Amino acid sequence: MDALLLSRLQFAAATMFHFIFVPLTLGLVIMVAIMETKYVTSGDETYKRMAKFWGKLFLINFALGVVTGITLEFQFGTNWSRYSAYVGDIFGSLLAIEATVAFFLESTFIAVWVFGWDKLSPKLHAACIWIVAIAANTSALWILLANGFMQNPVGYVLRNGRAELADFFDVITNPFGWNQFLHVIPGALTLAGFFIMGISAWHLLRRSNVDFFTKSFRMGMWAALIFSVLTAAQGHLHGNEVARVQPVKLAAMESHWETQANAPMYLLQIPNFGGEGNLVEALPVPGLLSFLAYNDPSAVVMGLNDVPAQDRPPVALTFLAFRAMVGLGTLFVGLAALAWLFRNRLTQVPWLLKALVYAIPLPYLAHQFGWIVAEVGRQPWIVYGLMRTSEGVSPIAASQVAVSLVALTLMYLLLGAVDIFLLFKYARKGPA
Amino acid sequence: MILETIWFLLWGLLWAIYFMLDGFDLGMGTLLPFIAKNETERRTIYNAAGPFWDGNEVWLITAGGVTFAAFPAAYAVLFSGMYAALFLLLFALILRGVSFEFRSKVDSEAWRKVWDACHFVGSFAPALLLGVAFANIFRGIPIDAQGVNQEGLLQLLNPYGLLGGVVFVVLFVQHGAIWLAIKSQGALHDRAQATAIKTWPIAVIGTVLFLAYTAVDTVLFNNYLKTPLLLAIPVGTVAALVAIRPALGAGKMVRAWVASATFIVGVTMFGVVGLFPALLPSSLNPGWSMTIFNSASSPLTLKIMLGVALVMVPIVIAYQFWVYRTFSHKITDEHLDYEEAY
Repeated sequence: MDALLLSRLQFAAATMFHFIFVPLTLGLVIMVAIMETKYVTSGDETYKRMAKFWGKLFLINFALGVVTGITLEFQFGTNWSRYSAYVGDIFGSLLAIEATVAFFLESTFIAVWVFGWDKLSPKLHAACIWIVAIAANTSALWILLANGFMQNPVGYVLRNGRAELADFFDVITNPFGWNQFLHVIPGALTLAGFFIMGISAWHLLRRSNVDFFTKSFRMGMWAALIFSVLTAAQGHLHGNEVARVQPVKLAAMESHWETQANAPMYLLQIPNFGGEGNLVEALPVPGLLSFLAYNDPSAVVMGLNDVPAQDRPPVALTFLAFRAMVGLGTLFVGLAALAWLFRNRLTQVPWLLKALVYAIPLPYLAHQFGWIVAEVGRQPWIVYGLMRTSEGVSPIAASQVAVSLVALTLMYLLLGAVDIFLLFKYARKGPA
Repeated sequence: MILETIWFLLWGLLWAIYFMLDGFDLGMGTLLPFIAKNETERRTIYNAAGPFWDGNEVWLITAGGVTFAAFPAAYAVLFSGMYAALFLLLFALILRGVSFEFRSKVDSEAWRKVWDACHFVGSFAPALLLGVAFANIFRGIPIDAQGVNQEGLLQLLNPYGLLGGVVFVVLFVQHGAIWLAIKSQGALHDRAQATAIKTWPIAVIGTVLFLAYTAVDTVLFNNYLKTPLLLAIPVGTVAALVAIRPALGAGKMVRAWVASATFIVGVTMFGVVGLFPALLPSSLNPGWSMTIFNSASSPLTLKIMLGVALVMVPIVIAYQFWVYRTFSHKITDEHLDYEEAY
């Protein structure tokens, strides 16, 4: 294997592993902040115990999110040095600004929050977790603006053999980056909602700390209900944008081959693995694809046959990941609605509680699938339409990358196992 | 021209602040297996770094991010060229970071031993690697005409590079011992103070050797000879080193820490100013060096980032200062009983 393929595998492993921890961090910190605010405003000690219990799970998760994030900054330089030199003017500055305006705040105040329960007034202490929540989500915004530049490069000019900044305002208002942000954050709150509901359901099934976990469950339920709907609705708008800006990605998401007006969507469709076209196409709904992509049933949707093979992303993977993400997203709306229906007699519906325990991993999967759609669907470009992934890789020996890939994978597997073990341990233990 | 120079100095300053702040965490982690005699003392060391280490480490992320943003071409050469060394640094930082969070989460002697070992490796290795890396930058790395550097780990371990690594470890250990003396009491405090006193002569010898070797093996002194006024930096740095000892002897730990911090900042800035205008001098041909001019971002990017830095860095310093003040107390049993303590 060559340095390019190994570097791609390494980056995929590092990003996907990082993104196991990030969505829970982004969502759960807001939930903990709300819990502590309720404690400060109502004086009800249960909310303080909630902030501490869910906060502990947050911290265990947060630790790995931070250390795996450093890997990504390093890898742009180590494995993608040509990319870094080419777009550093824009991409690098977004990362640097992220560190200065957000990551500092997050890392400094999380420690104040952990160690400051007895040192600060309750109000100031609650303010600390809000600072962390806002900083974490601001951090996500800057990172997604950086990714947005890779998806939809704007505000640049090609000069001196690289992409130089031409308009900073364009870069930080890149609609693609904002759309990703507005999709990821509600998605993160959905995940946090299901995380809280699932663990609460486990305890409710055992009748332990019923009052505590009923209150927790309700908060998780509301988050899951509101944000699963928002994620889905915004996902549709984001899809419209992908159709406009990245028509090849859209065609791959749908495994759509013939450019046509009034394009149908097939209720049963299986892409041809490794080849062109679809293995199975059945039950067409005329115009549905055109409508979903452009809100117009007669719009023309570009097909992959109009794109040279070397400019197409891996179609089957993009298609399946997209289907899985949308399917799971729909399931979340349904599950959250069921939880809402039975919210006043939770202990009488053990089947629902059990289902919610088993649903905990599903939003994680949905997030992973979402990133596969976004990143695999962008291939073969590292910066869409501007630089190919193969042109961005470092001039380094494949053996070096192979060793680091194996070492990184082993380390991540070990740390991931420890982290999940600790999350289980403390989730089961219940509040102090 | 001016923008690049400002960013070069800011770049150096970010690294200097990082070494000054994370230096004591890394030093304490390196001392952990040698200075702590029992579980209470080990936990005292973890909690002496507890509220600070995460915020300190972000200075490294920022220094890296600023290299990427302000001098992307140099970032590309440095990170791909020192591939193996940077991955070792990364693994070490990951191990250190999780050891804080994981260590006390399972009540088992064996479990804690594993994370103590990770904490030690994760503290000692970055100190050593950063020293080796910076010393190698000072003496020049083999950058070819295409701006490619293919330096393996073994080539970095030349005598000057190794000396740089050892000097960094010694400085951080001394810095960490002083911090531990500030934050602890009783036997651990006394041992930390004694350690700092014992480390001091080693730091002096290391510094003298390093300055002498620098004169022989690098061109760092050229800038100082050209502009003698700049000699104030190494002179001030040595003065700070000298000032550590009487403060330690008198038990004035905060003063000793400030002197040690000044010394670490001085050592870093001495190297950085000596490098100017190169970020990464080429050992093959000075013409192939990555300088601040041939590797800088566009003036627009530098200007916007300067605006961000001028607003944000003072704010960051202000709230981090507040955090240090809020948690300036000595670690006592009461703090270790605290359920959130490490």
